[in-house]
Amino acid sequence: MRRARTWLPGLLLVTPSIILIGVFVYGMLGWNVRLAMTDKHDEVSEGEFVGLQNFVDIWDQPRWHLSVNHAIVFTVVFVLGALLLGWLLAFLMEKGIKGEGTFRAIYLFPMAISFVATGIVWRWLMNSGTEERAVGLNRLFDWIGLPQWQWFRDPDWGMAAMALPAIWQMSGYVMALFLAGFRGVPEELREAARVDGCNEWGVYRYVVLPLLRPVTLSALIILGHISLKVFDLIVAVSGKQIITDVPAVFMWVAVFDSHDPAKGATIASYIVVSVAIFVIPYLIWSVRKERRS
Amino acid sequence: MTAVAGRRAGATWVRFGLLVFFVLIVLIPIYVLLATSFKPLTEADPGQAWNLPRTWTTEAWRVAWEKLAPGLWNSVLLAVPGSLLSCALGSMNGYVLSKWRFPGADVLFTLFLFGMFIPYQGVMIPLVQLLVGLNELTGLQGVFYGGIPGLVLAHVVYGIPICTLIFRNYYVTIPDELIEASRVDGAGMLRAYWSVVLPVSGPAIAVVIIWQFTSLWNDFLFAVFLTGPTSWPTTVMLNNIAGAQATPYSQQMAAAILASIPTMLIYVLLGRFFMRGLMAGALKG
Repeated sequence: MRRARTWLPGLLLVTPSIILIGVFVYGMLGWNVRLAMTDKHDEVSEGEFVGLQNFVDIWDQPRWHLSVNHAIVFTVVFVLGALLLGWLLAFLMEKGIKGEGTFRAIYLFPMAISFVATGIVWRWLMNSGTEERAVGLNRLFDWIGLPQWQWFRDPDWGMAAMALPAIWQMSGYVMALFLAGFRGVPEELREAARVDGCNEWGVYRYVVLPLLRPVTLSALIILGHISLKVFDLIVAVSGKQIITDVPAVFMWVAVFDSHDPAKGATIASYIVVSVAIFVIPYLIWSVRKERRS
Repeated sequence: MTAVAGRRAGATWVRFGLLVFFVLIVLIPIYVLLATSFKPLTEADPGQAWNLPRTWTTEAWRVAWEKLAPGLWNSVLLAVPGSLLSCALGSMNGYVLSKWRFPGADVLFTLFLFGMFIPYQGVMIPLVQLLVGLNELTGLQGVFYGGIPGLVLAHVVYGIPICTLIFRNYYVTIPDELIEASRVDGAGMLRAYWSVVLPVSGPAIAVVIIWQFTSLWNDFLFAVFLTGPTSWPTTVMLNNIAGAQATPYSQQMAAAILASIPTMLIYVLLGRFFMRGLMAGALKG
């Protein structure tokens, strides 16, 4: 090991950040879990330690079940939708095409807009009015002879509709990831497979696809963690309506409307756990991988 | 051979056609935003929902601007200092973690990275309590909790991981010999940073500032928990304007466009760097 004199100044320089991350990330995550383990169900009470009571009790609430189900439906539709669409766009462009720069710029640009602005225009598009009162997509569908929908107000498929704006916003990003992945496959490898008698499909299936795995994993992690904490979009499209409730909105309501810090902290803890379950292994894996290379 | 070439050309046209189709899909919401925002109230009936305005008017834009202006100004006060501070911290951290590594630097870096992925809901209630406490401690009402400074603080702190990551990955590509050479000349850590590293940091600085500016400008979650009516940034005001039943669609759309102009300009003018920020956030974290 090098002498302390050589590394100590560096450590000192990052110390402010270490303290900030320590307090604001890890300290507050801990503080939040601690709060979730108390009975502080209003603003004034001290809050006695009650262990995991809140974490168990919340499952008695129908609204919690509803918001968890909604989050699952939203996550499945959004992640799969954005992944498939992003992959398809990258696949179509992979071998180079005229105007590629323009295509890429257009697909990506929804990323620059806030979820709130996106939500406003999609609320109009997904307006549930039908017949005479139909605006947005329902009006358009009426013209081309497609059925009209309830969109996000549909009790069963509402959250699948809610995933549409999110797909619109994020699939360009996934496209960019996959495109970088496609371009990272060395041409020699494809050529070698062709020489060995692979047809184009075989080249794709046995050479390109396996090499895209790390990119797919990255995209999954990014989309998954956006999805599980989705908040802005839901609020902008439908506000606090129960019909599109997700844990993040439920938590907001618990804090500001129900004035129940312990309940808010409990929901927040569940959101953190749902993300941490797959992000922590991924982080450890990618840091190890980098060290090996 | 010509048959194969013909099939290739055909396939290219199919690909091109599909790509154009998706461009149209992506642009539908943009058409709606623009067309609706220029419509007068008299053309607000559902029957004309998809039509271009027959008489173009900027009335909705004028009203939207009046309603949104305070929020836009708050967002400037938030996003400009916020992204500059993030940049400074990220640059120093990235420099140390790539060139002046200390024992345990890898573990520390991983711990930092996790901060990038935490759902902020998980820290929100303690954060509110801390900022309320800071208000009381300093006697400055509406500064930390309910004010822009508190929001800047939150964004700068939770932006440390991504900014550190971008700078670290950039600085790794600077040859160690350059630092060594300046050390031989007697320069210390800060001198080497100032004279060797900082002058070549341009691209990374651009990426970080664009990334942070966009995230700060577009953030809704922190803003809704930490700010009050006088300090609401654009996103919160936009949501309030659009959420009110009485606001006509034309004003909602005009407000949504106004709120998006700064980040869209950045995207159009500096898309190259925007892209790099996105990739840094994805491929490594």
